[in-house]
Amino acid sequence: MRRSRRPQLSNLPRPRLPRRNREVLSDEEIVPWSIGDRIGLAAAWFSGLLLCAIAASIVLYMLIRGLQYVQLSALFEHPVVQSTTTITGTGGGYLDPIEGTLILTALGTLIALPIGVGIAVWLSEYARPAGLARAVESGVEIVAGTPTIVLAIFGLLIFSKSAFGFLSFTAEGGAVFGRSFFIAGMMMSVIALPLIVGATREALQSIPAHVREASYALGKDKISTIRRVLLPASRKGIATGTTLGMGRIAGDTAIVILLLGATLTLEKQGTTPVVSTLKGTGSTLTSYVYGNSPAGEGNSPAKAYAAAFILLMIVILMNFVVDLMSRRRSDPWAR
Amino acid sequence: MGPMKNPPPVRRIVVDDEPTIVEPPKRRNGAAQTVKDAASGLLSAPRKREAKRGKVKERMRTEELGIAYAGKPAVKNVSLTVNQGEVLGLIGPSGCGKTTLLRSLNRLVDQTPTATRTGAIYLDDGDVDRLDVTELRRHVGMVFQQPNPFPMSVFDNVAYGLRERGSRRPSRAALRPMVEEALDRAGLLEEVKDNLTHPALRLSGGQQQRLCIARSLAVNPGVLLLDEPCSALDPRSTSIIEELVMKLRSDIAIVIVTHNLQQAYRVADRVGFMYLGDLVEYGDSDQVFGAPKAKRTREYVSGGFG
Repeated sequence: MRRSRRPQLSNLPRPRLPRRNREVLSDEEIVPWSIGDRIGLAAAWFSGLLLCAIAASIVLYMLIRGLQYVQLSALFEHPVVQSTTTITGTGGGYLDPIEGTLILTALGTLIALPIGVGIAVWLSEYARPAGLARAVESGVEIVAGTPTIVLAIFGLLIFSKSAFGFLSFTAEGGAVFGRSFFIAGMMMSVIALPLIVGATREALQSIPAHVREASYALGKDKISTIRRVLLPASRKGIATGTTLGMGRIAGDTAIVILLLGATLTLEKQGTTPVVSTLKGTGSTLTSYVYGNSPAGEGNSPAKAYAAAFILLMIVILMNFVVDLMSRRRSDPWAR
Repeated sequence: MGPMKNPPPVRRIVVDDEPTIVEPPKRRNGAAQTVKDAASGLLSAPRKREAKRGKVKERMRTEELGIAYAGKPAVKNVSLTVNQGEVLGLIGPSGCGKTTLLRSLNRLVDQTPTATRTGAIYLDDGDVDRLDVTELRRHVGMVFQQPNPFPMSVFDNVAYGLRERGSRRPSRAALRPMVEEALDRAGLLEEVKDNLTHPALRLSGGQQQRLCIARSLAVNPGVLLLDEPCSALDPRSTSIIEELVMKLRSDIAIVIVTHNLQQAYRVADRVGFMYLGDLVEYGDSDQVFGAPKAKRTREYVSGGFG
């Protein structure tokens, strides 16, 4: 936009007005802004400032509310469950939701990372036949644009089939609920996937062709070039995409409510140490906030504010890490 | 750069038009005289190469080589030899096919899906098509216009070509002598020997380019292709690399593509002048610059166009 002829604040025309007779000035001497331009500039300023104000008020409000209600001890206490079938809980801490958020984020990322990097490598380095590449690209775009509640209901539909019983919480009689950390994690990986694909692909494409050729010129084939040169060179892009994806997972509610089971505490399924948790149900900070907010059944705003504050801190921290990483990112071969 | 006695002729550039060849300014006693005057500035430049050559041995040869991109010929019917013990300079205006010719020697043009090749290329009298492409590229190293070390340590960059894919990977200790030898041959060892584990991208541009040369030398190639290796470097780094090329030419056949006529004159023993895909003139450097046979060559080396 540097070459735009529209006047900008920095280069506002400053007509020199002769003191005596304004009327004689011709149009060439004073170029007044059209009314539309003035309104546009004002609107641009207003929207920018409004956004800052909204962001600041969210953080400040949650900070005040959160700090008011958050108790350090509550971070390490299990919530008190009134009934095993609700996600509301008025007593106790939020250890289980925090654990749930961390488990789900880790699980979703672990699934999405290899698949996302694989898709990005294929799109950037192979992408043949062209029709298939276009199909993969639109697939990624569609997934990126799908509301998470749609993904959640889709996941419920698929994973309630008895064939997937080994993945989820099952009733005594063998009925498959289609709800577990495994299943929620898999659908979560779908929402992180487009972000990882996008960032990795961009990083791969920013590597100049002559770097690839330098590797081929040393007698290396495509696979080892990708493995030894291209992936290490796009590490920062991969990390950025992954962190963005983690933020998305940590902040999502719909998938949690539909696919993680409506239990406040972590309910294990089976006896195998790790698998039992992953096959079991639980809650996350997002579902905890939902359940306890004035809109939910729990109606325990103090708990909701505190949990929302913790969630906000986690997500802001992740964004901060992304910001640090992308700021350091630069094209090392550009000269 | 040597002092130019005559001001260079005016270059006329017409955007979006057929390339125009500007005739050198005519004098009364003919064009030849003019060219000699113009070239004399070039010929008086200090030369890096000694007049006397060592043993010369053929390493590579092309026979009626032609390359076309999507049917459009980029290199036509080129036959030349690449000899160990001397430096072959490829000169010519942009888009004349000299880089394509260079990239065909290690079959890097195969990377371009639309490229087709006719004619034959021989490495040590063996047809390169009979060799596995990775094997060929171990014998024919290449250095690019932009310094492009890989995002890893100095050591790993040089060891990159030595490390085989898959199972038995040689240890660092086993690779170390070879890595140091390659760095030494590229004249970089003294500068980096204490920092072999540092990231290669922190080196200066000139050091990076020498690292790229060391990386190519590590696999012990018989031929080294240099694609405008100094065009992204400052004069001092350029000079260091030219010295290096002079030192290396006795063990390795070197081909250098350059836009810089002075550089070609300084380092090349033999020069090929290309124009619109044809190898217009190919011969001894002194002859091509001093007494070019073809009119196009005369115009180009005297700065008439390009």
